[in-house]
Amino acid sequence: MTTIHAETFEVNPDYPKLRTRLVVGLEIHVELATRSKMWTSAPNVAHRDRFDAEPNSLIDPVVAGMPGTLPVINEQALEMSIRVGLALGCHINQFTKWDRKSYYYPDLPKNYQISQYDLPVCGDGALDIPVSGEGEGKLLDGAMKRIGIVRAHLEEDAGKLLHEAPAGGAGGVGGVGGDGEYVGGDFTIVDLNRAGTPLLEIVTQPDFSTPDEVVMFGQVLRQICRHLGVSEGIMQKGHMRFEPNINVVIDKDGELFKTPIVEIKNLNSFKAVHGAITHEYRRQVDEWVKTGVVMGARAKSTRGWDDVKLVTTHQRHKEDADEYRYFPDPDLVPAVISDEWIARLQAGLPELPLAKEKRYCGELGLDGKVVDALLDDPRLTAFFEEVLETGAKPQSAAAVLLNYGAKRANELGVSIAEVGASAEQVRDIIALADADKVGSSAADKLFGYCCESDEPAEKLAEQHGLLQVSDTGALEGYIDEVLANPKMAKAVEDIRGGKDKAIGALMGQVMRLSGGSANPKVVTEMIKKKILG
Amino acid sequence: MTNNDQNNNPTNSGDIHITEDDVRHVAKLSRLKLSDDDLHHFTDQLGAVLAYVSKLNELDVDGVEPMAHPMDVTNVFRRDEPESLYTADQMLASAPDAHPPFYKVTKVLDDGSGA
Repeated sequence: MTTIHAETFEVNPDYPKLRTRLVVGLEIHVELATRSKMWTSAPNVAHRDRFDAEPNSLIDPVVAGMPGTLPVINEQALEMSIRVGLALGCHINQFTKWDRKSYYYPDLPKNYQISQYDLPVCGDGALDIPVSGEGEGKLLDGAMKRIGIVRAHLEEDAGKLLHEAPAGGAGGVGGVGGDGEYVGGDFTIVDLNRAGTPLLEIVTQPDFSTPDEVVMFGQVLRQICRHLGVSEGIMQKGHMRFEPNINVVIDKDGELFKTPIVEIKNLNSFKAVHGAITHEYRRQVDEWVKTGVVMGARAKSTRGWDDVKLVTTHQRHKEDADEYRYFPDPDLVPAVISDEWIARLQAGLPELPLAKEKRYCGELGLDGKVVDALLDDPRLTAFFEEVLETGAKPQSAAAVLLNYGAKRANELGVSIAEVGASAEQVRDIIALADADKVGSSAADKLFGYCCESDEPAEKLAEQHGLLQVSDTGALEGYIDEVLANPKMAKAVEDIRGGKDKAIGALMGQVMRLSGGSANPKVVTEMIKKKILG
Repeated sequence: MTNNDQNNNPTNSGDIHITEDDVRHVAKLSRLKLSDDDLHHFTDQLGAVLAYVSKLNELDVDGVEPMAHPMDVTNVFRRDEPESLYTADQMLASAPDAHPPFYKVTKVLDDGSGA
């Protein structure tokens, strides 16, 4: 394994006389999939049971910031945060507390967000990501790059603002823009379902030097969170939102210049992350060539990403950190995380996705695409391993799940792990197929019956007449009937003449007569024997 | 305070000055509209409060851990059990204005979210 260092300049494609180096750090907001909210028992919209909740149906007086309400920490959200921290190799701060971040905006009616300022639950850590190689086996011997983690803190998400059309139309119903926002109106409407959702903000070191690395990190982190079971990681639902901090170091004739840091807000697709960073790299170099402005005392400016025009756009100045007037929230007491607690959570961590990918490709000898498919759905990954524990061979187990299972999962709109077949049934289907007791189309049907019944697979195969007939006595009658059919005379001649392919025509007839239950291998042997002697 | 950083230094036992600019800035962050008279008035009042509290700066706090909470209690948690206790209609009934099933607020033009 080689390690790549970021300190590499490249000749700038737009300005060949300049050598430039992109520097990116990342803030990632992960909505934790607890059942209830961060500070109160109102249900959490980031939990899959509540994805389709009606606006403002997941709120209570705590969420709405009513006077006299008090927050209480969701222990599960804290444990999920610690588990993410452990997976990222973070130091866990054993004394952690929550602070108020004051800002006035209708997406959080309290007029402050409860966040963590100086004692976040997770301190420094690191994540190694693959940075070279494409496709299958990329993790087996590819180069890795270490991305430093500065911290991860546990806070609450804010609600959503929608901009309603004027009341002139029927009941003031506005048009809905492409991104789900109401357009053109004289007031704004608010849905607080998302307000108070537990939110883990992870901050990296500025260790990225290409947009690809940032995207790879995002994908690896998403997989980790999904496999830890702390987030569904559905990008379109905003379960993970990325804010890259970008600047460029420019080497002009040996003299170094740093462009001012720009933060791009709220990117919720990997395409947007890649596009925004790529655009901002060029824009900052252009801007420096034009104005010569370099990084100054003012920390950073904020830009948004226009998904249609594919450019970053200036946003108004936001408060600096000191203007948020952080102070310890008096409504919450600190948390003390004991060694025993950390040890228990550490022991409960699953094998992480990158390690799993390596093991599946290496030890289990599975194809890269198959591994990607197995790991793409953490529920499937767990079920696959359950099937392996019954003694099934990895290739066969993967094939059954990704063919017969995927078909049902697509029809039902559920995970392959949830179609209804048990691990033992899957093992038995494989065993029946390996023993030539069921053919492949019968195995598919049998999988279907297993989804609807807890009976053992072999019993179901028997009940539904799916067992292959390999008994020569039973098959002889069918074969003789087919051979005696004048329409088959040509095929029989061809076989006699050495054209084995012609057996297919006869096989089709035998299958038809046997109701699909004839064992094709046995039938082939018998036909050859009868014709060729 | 933006231009009085030395006053945040707990070892500084000197006078605390608050300027009208400071008050104007804090008022803006709190979305308060103050007249010039208000500014004078509050600058004096806040100055007096801060001068009184600055007495604390005389204490020697070397080696004293910062206090996160006045109560000596930690680890007060809730179990992660969801409850739907209110409908949207019930919640909207106590709002200043509503456009069911949404809250209705003054038009917001830009992204001022701090979250």
